[in-house]
Amino acid sequence: MADAAIVAEGLGKRFGPVLALDGVDLELPAGGVLGLLGPNGAGKTTLVRILATLLKPDCGRARVAGFDVAQNPAAVRRVIGLSGQYAAVDPFLTGHENLVMIARLYGLSRGGARRRAGELIDQLGLAGPAGRLVRTYSGGMRRRLDVAAALLAAPPVLFLDEPTTGLDPGGRLELWHVLGQLAAGGASVLLSTQYIEEAERLATTIVIIGHGTVIASGPPDQLKAQAGGDRLELQAPPGQDPRLLAGALAGLGSAEPDVDEATSRVILPVADGAGILPAVAGRLAAAGLHVSALALRRPTLEEAFLALTSQPVHRTGSAR
Amino acid sequence: MTAAAGRAARPGRLTPALVSTGTITARNLRRLVRVPTLLVFATVQPVLFVLLFTYTFGGAIHVPGVAHYIDYLLPGIIVLAIGFGASQTGVAIAEDLTTGMIDRFRSLPIPGSAVLAGRVAADALRNLFVTGLMIAVGAAIGFRFHAGPAAALAAVAFAVATGVAFSWLNLLLGLAVRDPESAGLAGLFPVIILFFTSSALVPVATMPGWLQAFAKANPITVITSALRALCLGSPTARPAVEAVAWLAGLLAATIPAATARYRRAAGT
Repeated sequence: MADAAIVAEGLGKRFGPVLALDGVDLELPAGGVLGLLGPNGAGKTTLVRILATLLKPDCGRARVAGFDVAQNPAAVRRVIGLSGQYAAVDPFLTGHENLVMIARLYGLSRGGARRRAGELIDQLGLAGPAGRLVRTYSGGMRRRLDVAAALLAAPPVLFLDEPTTGLDPGGRLELWHVLGQLAAGGASVLLSTQYIEEAERLATTIVIIGHGTVIASGPPDQLKAQAGGDRLELQAPPGQDPRLLAGALAGLGSAEPDVDEATSRVILPVADGAGILPAVAGRLAAAGLHVSALALRRPTLEEAFLALTSQPVHRTGSAR
Repeated sequence: MTAAAGRAARPGRLTPALVSTGTITARNLRRLVRVPTLLVFATVQPVLFVLLFTYTFGGAIHVPGVAHYIDYLLPGIIVLAIGFGASQTGVAIAEDLTTGMIDRFRSLPIPGSAVLAGRVAADALRNLFVTGLMIAVGAAIGFRFHAGPAAALAAVAFAVATGVAFSWLNLLLGLAVRDPESAGLAGLFPVIILFFTSSALVPVATMPGWLQAFAKANPITVITSALRALCLGSPTARPAVEAVAWLAGLLAATIPAATARYRRAAGT
């Protein structure tokens, strides 16, 4: 118990007719990063809000750093930092003023609050805009400020609810860099996201949820294998039927190829990534077919869902 | 990082509840001078009320027993300005709900009452300023206290106390409707209706009979009468008791309801 940062057992929550959480179990060992992956409406935010003591579950139990979230919320609040789904910073205060305010609310002295705010401003690369009103900030700057606010008390357990949603690619990379440093610094982090790449990059454990239940959980490599590995995407040239491509590649990947007729693309799940390319080239040459583009990429969340749910090998946590 | 955790755990010299209330108060005072609508509600609007009502109605309305209309008018429009200003408190708390600020505050190790009390305290300071500003502008165009400095101070204190009750009411409204625009309307609408059906602008005796009963019981009439009695030096005991009863009742109803709403603010 003492060595787990977060333990949840059978958490359930209903909002009127909507069953937001339906018996969720999860566990995050101290010092780990849990990537909570799921589409909109899967229950990610509800789960984060319950664990951060903002919402009471209808059933089930959860402990954060050993404290029960329902029975001892005050103790939980002393050991967590929360960066919620929206960047919750005051637009009419400067970045520095926002951080000092939150630090004071965490109980730091006036001088201590200023020092700590300064440290985080440097750490998150906000020295330039720190003196400006937050209403003038870009989305990425606001997000970093929000994460800084969550870090003020150096909490042992951090909740980050979709921290990169709405950021441009540059802002996302900057934040990933910061989150990587945090994880390396030994914090226990629960990170919710809609992006497989983000979870894979930062998390030590991934939990995939959909419709309020855990669909799959495990280390990134294991889940990736379950989801059929990477995807090889082949674009048929104009005038060539993509089904011919699919036919030529049959039996080569970790599952049968999919044909997207609207875009004339063939999508092939491949377990061993780029290693498949010589075999693909051989098949195409033998069949006399051409491709106008070829790309190897991570599966999208939809593809992983499809692969995982039609393959009920490792279903866990369902209370249905 | 571990050093900071140690600092965070150590309690300050003041009690944590006071520090957090003061911190929230400071935040709201900063917003007061930086958010354009809030600044207008606290400066331009009260001055306009004094000037517009005095010069439009002042020539036409003669209140028996009062030499200058502004002496009769000012207490009522102070209540109006405070009532209008309080609507922004509902707007602000609803904004804090929709932007996730309340989530952030609720995830911190502070009592929930600090967030609400910090709001009310900042409002009280604003209302002290608004009342002083309106008295100053009023004095420049003829307003005078007629019952000495003690009664004048009591009048200002009473105006601020009225604002405290309005602030709690609007916190409750903002937490209940959860949408900033609706909160603004919910806060303004009753004030507008009650203001024009009260004794704030004209004596109740000049109204049609059916309206008089309503106007006499109207809380804006009751509160204005007490404030006016303190300014004019007319008998204060009965209006003061009635007004204090209204304010006490309002506070007794809204403080527990708003606090409970805040605790459940998570909702969605």
